[in-house]
Amino acid sequence: MKTERIRTEQVGFTYEEAKHPVLEDVSLKIHEGEFVAILGHNGSGKSTLAKLLNALYLPEKGDVFVCDMNTRDDQHLWDIRRNAGMIFQNPDNQIVATVVREDVAFGLENLGVEHDEMVRRVDEALNSVGMTDYADASPHTLSGGQKQRVAIAGVLAMEPRIIIADESTSMLDPLGRAEVMNTVRGLNRDKGISVVWITHYMEEAAMADRVIVVSDGKIELEGTPRQVFQQVDKLRKLHLDVPHMTALAAELREQGIPISDQVLTVDEMAEEVLRLVCPSN
Amino acid sequence: MLNNITLGQYYPVDSLVHRLDPRIKIVLTIVTLVAVFLVGTLAGYALILAFCLLVARLSNVPVRMLLKGIKPLRFILILTFFLNLFFTSGTELVHVGFVIITREGLRQAIHFSLRLVFLVMTTSLMTLTTSPIQLSDGMEMLFSPLKVIHFPAHELAMMMSIALRFIPTLMEETDKIMKAQKARGADFESGNLIQRAKSMIPLLVPLFVSAFRRAGDLALAMESRCYHGGEHRTRLRVLRITRMDYLACVAVAVLLALVILESRFIPKGLIL
Repeated sequence: MKTERIRTEQVGFTYEEAKHPVLEDVSLKIHEGEFVAILGHNGSGKSTLAKLLNALYLPEKGDVFVCDMNTRDDQHLWDIRRNAGMIFQNPDNQIVATVVREDVAFGLENLGVEHDEMVRRVDEALNSVGMTDYADASPHTLSGGQKQRVAIAGVLAMEPRIIIADESTSMLDPLGRAEVMNTVRGLNRDKGISVVWITHYMEEAAMADRVIVVSDGKIELEGTPRQVFQQVDKLRKLHLDVPHMTALAAELREQGIPISDQVLTVDEMAEEVLRLVCPSN
Repeated sequence: MLNNITLGQYYPVDSLVHRLDPRIKIVLTIVTLVAVFLVGTLAGYALILAFCLLVARLSNVPVRMLLKGIKPLRFILILTFFLNLFFTSGTELVHVGFVIITREGLRQAIHFSLRLVFLVMTTSLMTLTTSPIQLSDGMEMLFSPLKVIHFPAHELAMMMSIALRFIPTLMEETDKIMKAQKARGADFESGNLIQRAKSMIPLLVPLFVSAFRRAGDLALAMESRCYHGGEHRTRLRVLRITRMDYLACVAVAVLLALVILESRFIPKGLIL
């Protein structure tokens, strides 16, 4: 059994002046080294959930634990935020400093890390996201994907155990999206950092180890991407699309073509079709 | 129009003066300003001028840039000069009709104008050779002793640095909104001043809305990266005092000493 990194227990949350709660009774666990996608349409409460995981908001009901520390516990506030690093949606609005290197150091400066150690960690973090060449650039000269990689480096320098990405690719072009996704995927694989990837892109969710579907503040579905995306009808009811290839497979099945319901990507679809067309291969 | 944004009047080249510690530069500028006020005769201004030219030379900043700083001051200069010239009482030099020019008036007019010119020139030398971010760093450090009386030195420097960070972003945004509004038929160029000011409203409203949203986002992002004010904070950019800084201090001390000697020993009125 792997170590637990994040645990929420029947969490509920209502914004001030709002009539209905955004989150109701959400319980989930995220383990060491896991890549979990949280999927939901706009207003489903997934961003609120992200902010609860890093003590930016405190739950109204229930408790959130990050590395066994309760987010209600003021004493552990900085430990929690250091351990659960967060990357936001808008690449421009999370870069603080006028030089890339200094922005990466921002979190370390706040934690009071010694200068030499800071320099080492900043260089290492920039290297991990492949932005070493841009260390002295001004943030506004970078592309969206590059800015997000700088933000990731800023979180990485604090040596977190969990990275929470709150729709971090939604403002990027497809190239930037792949760039950011691959960077985080790599960190998850190489450094064993757990990832909570909040998104409404099915293709991104399909790459996760586990998918949690949130709708109207409740967890509606949970499982591996294949288990979740098989339930095409249920997803449609929740106003969510399935990955294009899964949708195509579902329609082909309706037409009587015996294609597998496990298809997620273009490559898998190509293989399935090939298997049907020439079974000898 | 929005492509090459220069902030303040910083002249970005590398030089001995650029590399000086900003704290030292700020203090030395203040000392030089004091020297300007102590000057007694034209000889003193010649000293200051020589010093300014020397610093300009060492900093690779063209003298033209220094003069540019004085240009917006020309009306105040002319006003100061003539007010002092005509309205100071003393021994008459010229008396034509109701115009009376006195010896004291002439002296004061020249002194006040030169003083203004050198005040601007010395401060320009600092702002030309120190980037805004270095300036705010230097200010933070110099003001940090005032934290005991709750002077927000760190907060001011942080605000300054965030403002600098967002100027290019907001510039780009202004450009974008302007184009979007133009595409909808907005007219920013024609009409009189009031009409043009009014036409700015569809530009400013979305800009402000977005600036506030950015501020909210940024505050959240800073908090999530453990920002909690200036206490127990370390810094990546450390200011170090080097041998050049000591040399600069010596140079300014020599200038101050010379100016004091000059004001003591050259009798006033000898060379004005």
